[in-house]
Amino acid sequence: MKRTIRNATLLLLLASSARALAADKISDGVVKIGVLTDMTGYYSDLAGPGSVLAVQMAVADFGGKVLGKPIEVIGADHQNKADIASNTARKWFDEEKVDAIVDLVSSSTAGAVMPVAAEKKRITLLSGPATTAFTGEKCTAYNVHYTYNNWALANGTGREVVRQGGDTWFFVTADYVFGKSLEEDTTNVVKAAGGKVLGSARHPSPGTTDFSSYLLQAQASGAKIIGMANAGADTVNTVKTAKEFGITPKQSLAGLLVFISDVHALGLENAKGMYLTTAFYWDRDDASRAFARKFQNHPDNRKKAMPTMVQAGLYSAVTHYLKAIQAAGTDDADAVIARMKATPVNDFFARNGVIGPDGLHRHDMYLARVKTPAESKYPWDYYTIVKTIPAAEAFPSVEMQKCPLVKK
Amino acid sequence: MQALFGQLLIGLINGSFYALLSLGLAIIFGLLNIVNFAHGALYMVGAFLAWIALDALGIGYWPSLLLVPLAVGLLGVLIERTMLRRLYQLDNLYGFLLTFGLTLILEGAFHHKYGNSGNSYPVPEALQGGSNLGFMFLPRYRAWVVVVSLAACFASWWTIERTKLGSYLRAGTENPRLLQAFGVNVPLMFTLTYGFGVALAGFAGVMAAPIYQVTPQMGSHLIIIVFAVVVIGGMGSIFGSIVTGMGLGLVEGLTKFLYPQAASTVVFVIMALVLLLRPAGLFGRER
Repeated sequence: MKRTIRNATLLLLLASSARALAADKISDGVVKIGVLTDMTGYYSDLAGPGSVLAVQMAVADFGGKVLGKPIEVIGADHQNKADIASNTARKWFDEEKVDAIVDLVSSSTAGAVMPVAAEKKRITLLSGPATTAFTGEKCTAYNVHYTYNNWALANGTGREVVRQGGDTWFFVTADYVFGKSLEEDTTNVVKAAGGKVLGSARHPSPGTTDFSSYLLQAQASGAKIIGMANAGADTVNTVKTAKEFGITPKQSLAGLLVFISDVHALGLENAKGMYLTTAFYWDRDDASRAFARKFQNHPDNRKKAMPTMVQAGLYSAVTHYLKAIQAAGTDDADAVIARMKATPVNDFFARNGVIGPDGLHRHDMYLARVKTPAESKYPWDYYTIVKTIPAAEAFPSVEMQKCPLVKK
Repeated sequence: MQALFGQLLIGLINGSFYALLSLGLAIIFGLLNIVNFAHGALYMVGAFLAWIALDALGIGYWPSLLLVPLAVGLLGVLIERTMLRRLYQLDNLYGFLLTFGLTLILEGAFHHKYGNSGNSYPVPEALQGGSNLGFMFLPRYRAWVVVVSLAACFASWWTIERTKLGSYLRAGTENPRLLQAFGVNVPLMFTLTYGFGVALAGFAGVMAAPIYQVTPQMGSHLIIIVFAVVVIGGMGSIFGSIVTGMGLGLVEGLTKFLYPQAASTVVFVIMALVLLLRPAGLFGRER
């Protein structure tokens, strides 16, 4: 009897000390961040190699170590395919000891990886995908949606454009989950603001080169505003074609998801006057300029491009993640995610940004207008910030998101 | 009704690109029996060369229209001389694989150097603006595309079907060995034919540069449709590829008017039907 009690006590002691050991340790002796992004396809300029660079910069600026253990960064190309993304995620979690997967540009890949990460209790930091439901009905416990979502984009641009008199809309929409969700969100905003939606034309994406027939429909609708619920090269081609067919400036374009890389590719002559909503603009203040210059002049940044909001957001997200590991004293996902949600974000990217219980990072957004060639004074001088949209207005509230994990 | 005319006209414009590209493919397949998958990539190279010429060297649209096809044609000659030539004795599949590999290399190289957002090429000044046709606004440049493509297609057709040089080409298609026995330099003819075929792709690239964003992927979007056009028209049929190119552009336009969601698949539905009913294509001959 005595012996049994002694054994039991010993076992208990062992068990609790083992847990204590695990709690202040880094699993596998390394914090590994996997950047899963589009390295060569449609979104490779707005995310891609620049995203990997942003994460590497964040790690280097953090000192390369957390709690005395090294931080490693690996990258892979998901080719915008959901199956490749989820397979890579499984391999990374099971074999490569990856603690967090970041970026996941393009909603289909993020939607495939999030459940895998939740199952394995690892963290996902989304910067790039836009589907609002990732912190709504599809929310998971280990996810942070960091940079923007469709709701924020729709509200930022939609509301302001209607307020300025653009009250009839026609959408040119990328025919997949992201485009449809963006169209739906913007439709709600436009209607709530007193505007009317006259119709939409959906184009296959990626793979559409000729947008003239869709724009002709937009023209025939007579809508004052043509909302572009697409991204990347699709947006660029839409803008060019609208100008060619004399649709602009009679009707105006509203870019619902426009990156600085798109504006750079279009040239100001094509893009001038367009409204857009962004989470980051490099030339906004000293802190953003300092980060952007460092990014632009980094030897690995071959094209000397300024960071897009996806890349800037990623730097901020990874830094916040590493700080949370430091503060929690462990890389255990439950502890880290709790710490990330408990700590406000204050850096060059976000002022008093707060990650809600649903995983959505709520921070200020900016409504910008693209400058004319005459207004632009130096390279990459592309935006005039028209308005700062405060976090509470920019993003949906926790109640509105209806994430099933959030207890009422 | 207005919308219908508009979509048909746009179909015609797209059709001229299909025709221009499938023409080159048909010529190459007809004589060399090579399925030139690199056609889309060479079209992209044509567009990029035009952009580089303007951006780095200040060479404008008009000289490019002549110089770029020449350059792409030379690249084609190089490809034929160093690589394709070794594959004539082998199955079609080898040529297909080689040119597919070339496509990946070319696209990868341009992606590495220029990224994927691409670059804008301005519409030449003389062709800016457009006219209102009542049912739609027709940009002058697009009208120019239709006219020039038709002219280029017709000239190629005429050369092949109505001139002595063309008769050699056609004879080479039938029986290259016999033609060689008559003292015609068949290998040289093969080289020049491939060069000419891909020069047409380069030409289409320059034509496309002011309309579409110049990106490394611009060819891969088009090439699948163009292949469908060639299959429907009948592999190797010059006339077939021109007519089918224009025709499918129109059908696409019509579909965009009637049922837009099907616009991207209608070409392949037609291809499947044609393959079922007339395996050699609408204008092809059974071999």
